[in-house]
Amino acid sequence: MTALLNIKALSAFYGQVQALHGLEFTLDEGSVTTLLGANGAGKTTTLRAICNMVRTTGAIEFDGAPLSSRSTENIVRLGIAHVPQGRGTFTTMTVEENLQLGAITRSKSGVAADIERMYAHFPVLKQRHTQQAGTLSGGEQQMLAVARALMLRPRLMLLDEPSFGLAPLIVRDLFKILGKINREDKVTILVVEQNAQLALEIADQAYVIETGRIVMSGRANEIADNEDVRRSYLGY
Amino acid sequence: MELFTNQVLAGIATGAIYACMALAVVMIYQAIDHLNFAQGEMAMFSTFISWQLMQWGLPYWVAFLLTLAFSFAGGIVIERLLFKPLAKAPILTNVAGFIALFAIINSCAGLIWDFTIKQYPTPFGSAPFLGSQLISTHQAGMIGVTVLLLIALYVFFRYTRIGLAMRAAASVPESARLVGINTSWMIALGWGMAAAIGSIAGMLIAPVVFLEPNMMGGVLIYGFAAAVLGGLTSPFGAVIGGFLVGIIENLAGTYIPGVGNELKLPIALALIITVLVVKPAGLFGRPIVKRV
Repeated sequence: MTALLNIKALSAFYGQVQALHGLEFTLDEGSVTTLLGANGAGKTTTLRAICNMVRTTGAIEFDGAPLSSRSTENIVRLGIAHVPQGRGTFTTMTVEENLQLGAITRSKSGVAADIERMYAHFPVLKQRHTQQAGTLSGGEQQMLAVARALMLRPRLMLLDEPSFGLAPLIVRDLFKILGKINREDKVTILVVEQNAQLALEIADQAYVIETGRIVMSGRANEIADNEDVRRSYLGY
Repeated sequence: MELFTNQVLAGIATGAIYACMALAVVMIYQAIDHLNFAQGEMAMFSTFISWQLMQWGLPYWVAFLLTLAFSFAGGIVIERLLFKPLAKAPILTNVAGFIALFAIINSCAGLIWDFTIKQYPTPFGSAPFLGSQLISTHQAGMIGVTVLLLIALYVFFRYTRIGLAMRAAASVPESARLVGINTSWMIALGWGMAAAIGSIAGMLIAPVVFLEPNMMGGVLIYGFAAAVLGGLTSPFGAVIGGFLVGIIENLAGTYIPGVGNELKLPIALALIITVLVVKPAGLFGRPIVKRV
């Protein structure tokens, strides 16, 4: 398999504070990769670095092309969809407008059909399509955020703690859908999670990150089976 | 009763102008969180451009459309040159920028066209509208053009993709970037549209207040009052606020003894203060909640 995303010696800074210290990892095309770690380990920063939303040094290559000189919106236009922490819902707009916004960089053809596909993935969104997105429940907003990202027809989808604040049953559904999207639409997924157990179930590859450094990497099932890793880094 | 109806209709006519100014102010406020104190001067300058074009012999509506295009481009240029570099600057720096812009445009207009008061034509005439003494054709025209403008804006923001992108950029800029919207250009576009809307207000009110570099001073204060009354976060509210302020202004001038024409402006200021004290979000605005 070829690497879709290739990250070398990535460091990130918030003002004077260095949040990432020379991260190196690759994402294989078509795979699901998970980035695990505790609060403040640098998971969110890694995703923000890929989209050039923090100051970074090092190299990030997407499909062979460097990203660091591109603005956030131009990175998105390459087919990298980012579901941010807190979901980034356009709360004052309707559910359908949120979905249209996901496809705003594409030509108009096929958008309506894709919205119907999203309604098939997430039937609850269809019921609520004229409703203001801010009135949706947390789980519904997370589904909307994933659907909005898929409207880009992304090659790579970055998900920042999709399980945050959701009931366990809803989280399970959501991860099932993510796995399905990965298989059927061939979307490469990088998911950041605190809920390690669930993320490892759908992931092929896993990296464990601690205070801005990768401390462990391997096949997801190996990491899940390794009791030491589980106890020291994943806490279950 | 006829006096009352007459004053209400006249209030709606000038209210239409206030609504345009309020809308322009709200559009820029939504985009960059600052009040554009130079909005009136930008409109005044545009009005002078249209006057100059007519002096050169162009018919009214050609001059009108060319002025719209000029104002749109001018608004974008002002944003790119002055306010884009100030985007991350503190509030007071921005305020200083607006005041500088105000002074520069005002002085330039005075320098180019001098400060004498000029007649400005109306394409609608000033005969009684439909034979009724209640309202003149120019006042009816002011209302008509404003209504057309509002419909056009509604359609633009509701049904076009670029309108959707502009709304998204104004409401959640970070998410807008994450779906690939160039938020910086959306702000510039907002400036262009606000300048064009302001120029319409200027060209419509000029036959009433006459053309001179300080013609928009009072109008902009009414526009601010309208925007605050309707809610700075609500374009719809700003429009309603505009019409309300127009009506209140006229009725107060007619019925409250001692107000007359001279004390009309303090009414607008009193209105601003009352709204800010009693209901800071305005009639239709969302209260702004910030996590700290």
